[in-house]
Amino acid sequence: MNEVELLNWARGPGLVGASFIMVFGIILRLFEIFSLGKAKEYAEVRSSGAMGGIKTIIQRSIPEPRYWRYIGAAYLFHVGLFVVIFFFMPHILMFESVLGFSWPALPNFIIDIFSVLTIGGMIYTLMSRFTNPSRRIMTVFSDYLVWAVTFLPVITGYMTFHRFVGDYTCMLAIHILSVELLMIVLPFSKLSHSFSFAISRWYTGSAFGKRGTL
Amino acid sequence: MTTSLEQGINTLKAAIDAPTASYFSSCVHCGICAYACIFYTETGEAKYTPMNRLEPMKRLWEQEYTVLGRLKKLIGLSKAITQADMEAAVELNFESCTTCGRCSMICPVGNDIVYMIKKMRGALTAAGLAPPELKGAAVRAIEKGSVMGFPMETLAAQVRAAEKETGIKINIDEPNVDYMLLLSSAEVVQFDEIIGSLAKIFKQAGVTWTFSSKAHEAANPGMHMGAKDIEAQQIEQMVAAAEELKVKNVISPECGHAYMAIRWDGPNVIGRPYPFKVFHIIEVLDQLREQGKLKTNACCTEEPITFHDPCQAARRGGVNQPQRNLLNMMSSNFVEMKQHSACNWCCGGGGGVGSLEKTEELRKRIFHRKKRQIDELGVNTVVTMCATCRNTLEEGLENNSMDVNVIGLTEAVANHLLKENES
Ligand code: SF4
Ligand code: SF4
Repeated sequence: MNEVELLNWARGPGLVGASFIMVFGIILRLFEIFSLGKAKEYAEVRSSGAMGGIKTIIQRSIPEPRYWRYIGAAYLFHVGLFVVIFFFMPHILMFESVLGFSWPALPNFIIDIFSVLTIGGMIYTLMSRFTNPSRRIMTVFSDYLVWAVTFLPVITGYMTFHRFVGDYTCMLAIHILSVELLMIVLPFSKLSHSFSFAISRWYTGSAFGKRGTL
Repeated sequence: MTTSLEQGINTLKAAIDAPTASYFSSCVHCGICAYACIFYTETGEAKYTPMNRLEPMKRLWEQEYTVLGRLKKLIGLSKAITQADMEAAVELNFESCTTCGRCSMICPVGNDIVYMIKKMRGALTAAGLAPPELKGAAVRAIEKGSVMGFPMETLAAQVRAAEKETGIKINIDEPNVDYMLLLSSAEVVQFDEIIGSLAKIFKQAGVTWTFSSKAHEAANPGMHMGAKDIEAQQIEQMVAAAEELKVKNVISPECGHAYMAIRWDGPNVIGRPYPFKVFHIIEVLDQLREQGKLKTNACCTEEPITFHDPCQAARRGGVNQPQRNLLNMMSSNFVEMKQHSACNWCCGGGGGVGSLEKTEELRKRIFHRKKRQIDELGVNTVVTMCATCRNTLEEGLENNSMDVNVIGLTEAVANHLLKENES
């Protein structure tokens, strides 16, 4: 298999397969969660809780200034990932080929800045797993694997864009393959927070809302 | 025969619901929840990270309720929960957590951590590991009718004393009145001025009320133990008493955990809605204020006062505004602590922690947060609305040789109204 064939495989069957596993995995995980059910509320509630749920989904996306020191880098790389994934021209073209519509891209130099911020934020977060006591005690081995699986697409994308090493076609193929690895790992690791966060915030926020705290 | 370990594990398994699964699926192991917890911030000990308390529960969820976890267990990559795991969890879930729920306010993915800690407590209780102090209190509450183990006669004596002092008749077992009042043990024997205070306030407002000789204890140790069956027994006693007296409203005393048990947990542990409404005493007083029934031409005091929110009434129970309305009525100089209402720092005595002998040293250390909050304001008076908070604050202030008064809000309101009557 040469570089071109590898790239074509990654863009074609590879992507289809990874997408399938990701979607299947997410559905499975959602089923695992919702099938457990939730006890009926018999206490007389102060509100339906819907507002509290929605408020929490939005509010917890905004970091509390008091905790900025501990969570700033992590927020930064989440924002960076979002911008780079959804506003880099070649990515938008890829989405367009699947979805059939597109949206404006950000200029490359801005994407470049966000890429660097993402890389920096991720490295800092990794280091804090060793240095921050409460983070260290929560850390399990798979946290490092998950970190690596997330970091790979970022770093290979950055290298491809800047043509740092060797063959562009080969680099691009590696980049796409690393994204596919991420897609496969996502539902089955703590990366599931990328979708379950909304469920968690909803449950917590609506419970607070029902009691009248939110 | 199942061993108690098995019973604990089975209870834990049954307690895992959709919110729990979603919380474990979402946790990114960031450790931020630690910064919300006084046990971590005041000691710096990483083991007190809130989510870290739930390791056995997380493992069990993974093994039982995820496909990948089952595979891991099958090939021996994931170990079963042992007696030692459960024993270690006692310290982290009973002895160093007040179930204050502050951690649940700041988790970036929105996990309600204390929701799971309460379930974990239930499993530990099922495994026979609940602290003896709590077990004892639960037995006394159900058998004797009060967590301190005194009989109804003790309350009746306090009622007679209050009648004598105030000259107001106080009902016991009077049917068809507006409200049935519950108290916590500490209020009956220690802060008994609350009985006379309420008699005065209700008389002035034209409200009718009664105690019940069948149920007067509002504190519910079963809730601290996470033991729904024990909690339910006590709730059933209260429901039966209220039904017998045909009251439409039941008043929870100031005590935050009592309010949580009666108002929010109660209907859920007995599995049916109440035929009456439940109000926190401060909610009732604020309603009376709003209806103009607490009218007073007494001047508000200018002395700066602050307020300590009981976690279970304010953050977890939703009573955040009424106390502030009342305080502003009484004082022109009510100042808030930097973090208050839903984000208030716990006093360190709730969740049963204050009743555990083992925790004495730890409680001294974690009180420093509250001390700093009060120091910052430079006030001489802290008002609160929970007998447990009040005891913890008084003890903490004394240990730190701080010359600060602690008073209960109900009592403060009564004193304020009385002032008018005298002038
Ligand atoms: S703050 Fe939330 S996500 Fe972070 S470790 Fe605690 S529970 Fe997990
Ligand atoms: S409920 Fe309160 S004491 Fe318990 S872990 Fe959370 S913040 Fe700490």
